[in-house]
Amino acid sequence: MKVWALHLAVVAALFALQFVLPPYHATNLARIMVLAVFAMGYNIAFGYTGLLSLGHAVFFAAGMFGMGLPVWHLDWTALPALITGLAAGGLVAGAVGLLALRTAGVSFMIVTLMFAQAGYLLLLYFGAVTGGDEGFVVETSSRSVFGWNLSEDGPRYVAALTLFAAALLSCLWLVRSPFGRVMVAMRENEDRSRMLGYNPFRVKLIALVMSGLYAGAAGAVYGLLFGYVGATFATIQYSILPMLYVLLGGAGTVLGPLLGAAVVFYLIDITSAFTDAYFFVVGASLVALVLFAPKGILGTIRERVAAWLP
Amino acid sequence: MLRIDGITAGYGAVTVLRDLSFQAAPGQVTCIMGRNGAGKSTLMKAIMGLVPVQSGQILLNGQPIHTLPAHQIPKRGIAYVPQGRRLFGPLTVAENIEIGLMARNTGPDRREFVLTLFPRLRERLDQVASTLSGGEQQMLAIARALCLDPAVLLLDEPTEGLQPSMIGLIRDVVLRLRDAGLATVLVEQRVDAVLRMADRVAFMAHGRVEAEVQRAELAPESSLFQRFVGV
Repeated sequence: MKVWALHLAVVAALFALQFVLPPYHATNLARIMVLAVFAMGYNIAFGYTGLLSLGHAVFFAAGMFGMGLPVWHLDWTALPALITGLAAGGLVAGAVGLLALRTAGVSFMIVTLMFAQAGYLLLLYFGAVTGGDEGFVVETSSRSVFGWNLSEDGPRYVAALTLFAAALLSCLWLVRSPFGRVMVAMRENEDRSRMLGYNPFRVKLIALVMSGLYAGAAGAVYGLLFGYVGATFATIQYSILPMLYVLLGGAGTVLGPLLGAAVVFYLIDITSAFTDAYFFVVGASLVALVLFAPKGILGTIRERVAAWLP
Repeated sequence: MLRIDGITAGYGAVTVLRDLSFQAAPGQVTCIMGRNGAGKSTLMKAIMGLVPVQSGQILLNGQPIHTLPAHQIPKRGIAYVPQGRRLFGPLTVAENIEIGLMARNTGPDRREFVLTLFPRLRERLDQVASTLSGGEQQMLAIARALCLDPAVLLLDEPTEGLQPSMIGLIRDVVLRLRDAGLATVLVEQRVDAVLRMADRVAFMAHGRVEAEVQRAELAPESSLFQRFVGV
């Protein structure tokens, strides 16, 4: 009960913040919430199941292009396009998982990285369809859902919050469900889980597909809310960012991805005003974190004062 | 009935078990003794499908199991508690038990059965497994394995590193399970524990069962202990 109350309170606080924050920060927060959903997907794979992937950009991009291409080429409306984006994330994750999950550890990292790079290069190679390096703009007229124009600040914030709330609460339900326990068991000791009768390949594939669905949903909504779809989102940077969000916020914590995304986002936002080498600052923060709080912000809080945090 | 017929098994090019035969009957505790490197733990892993069997066969109630993927073997009714317990540390006692119950869809009755066997676990259901004492962790490891409702239980040195009171508790549980008809295979190095629990003792050396005797034929000062265990 306490756990659900906390997470509902976070959603309520985020709803209230749109009335308090200046437009610039409200837009930032909308972006952070969508990126946090991407990170939640990463967290399902890495934080809960122990799959250290370097290829999640391809799931995010699959969602984004899965939404954007039907809108651009087929004049689809936003809602069905969002659904194809979500499905694309899950399908690509399933296809990658079928091959990549035959490896483990460092090999899994490298294979997922290769898939992400292959996805990025395919987007460039088929530039006539995908917009190539430049990408394409999603027209304002195509960015309406239920009569709400998502290019406007207010509806955009509410749409981002709706996605975030759905992702947060479903993620909380998932990790507290029996399957969530099995994911953790797999992370902790794959052989032991196998000795209890669980098929590691099957469990990890399901976890990766769910992770891809979250990443795909985030990619689709990101493209729709901010009106741009581009191959940049398939670069390795977008595989590393969710990892940073999760590591900083706390791997294997439900609210950690939001916290991590917010911290990294503002760290980049603030430091990029002073230097182009802003990733150096992010890297230094990560090193400090590994040294002083290796379980991330929320992971450390959970360990020291709030063991009940999921 | 678990029957092993002349298996040869090992890790890659290294053969550990050589033409090994052995069987475990319902309602009996079969202890396996041998020096380090004799192949005791490898035998357990071979039964569980973790080490590939190169020749020979492993039969459970007459059905071959050595050709099955490892995750299918527990579902056929063999549970394994490895050396070192290997719990899911961040999960609570209740969650560890739940994972065992879900694996074979055993229900609340089974949960009640294991909590009755280990009342101390009932008092600690919400405690994170990694914070339990060594003895409690061993109880939980055995309880979780029993959640599978197995016909055969493999225990790899369950009393290792435990204080005497805990050893006594675990011994009592093993004997109760035997009386309930479970076939138990117990890797054990402590002569006193073997003498108190075993119905039969198999002595291993060089990847084979070199001698097999009934408990009644064994005295504490038996030369077999000196020959195969070095005590």
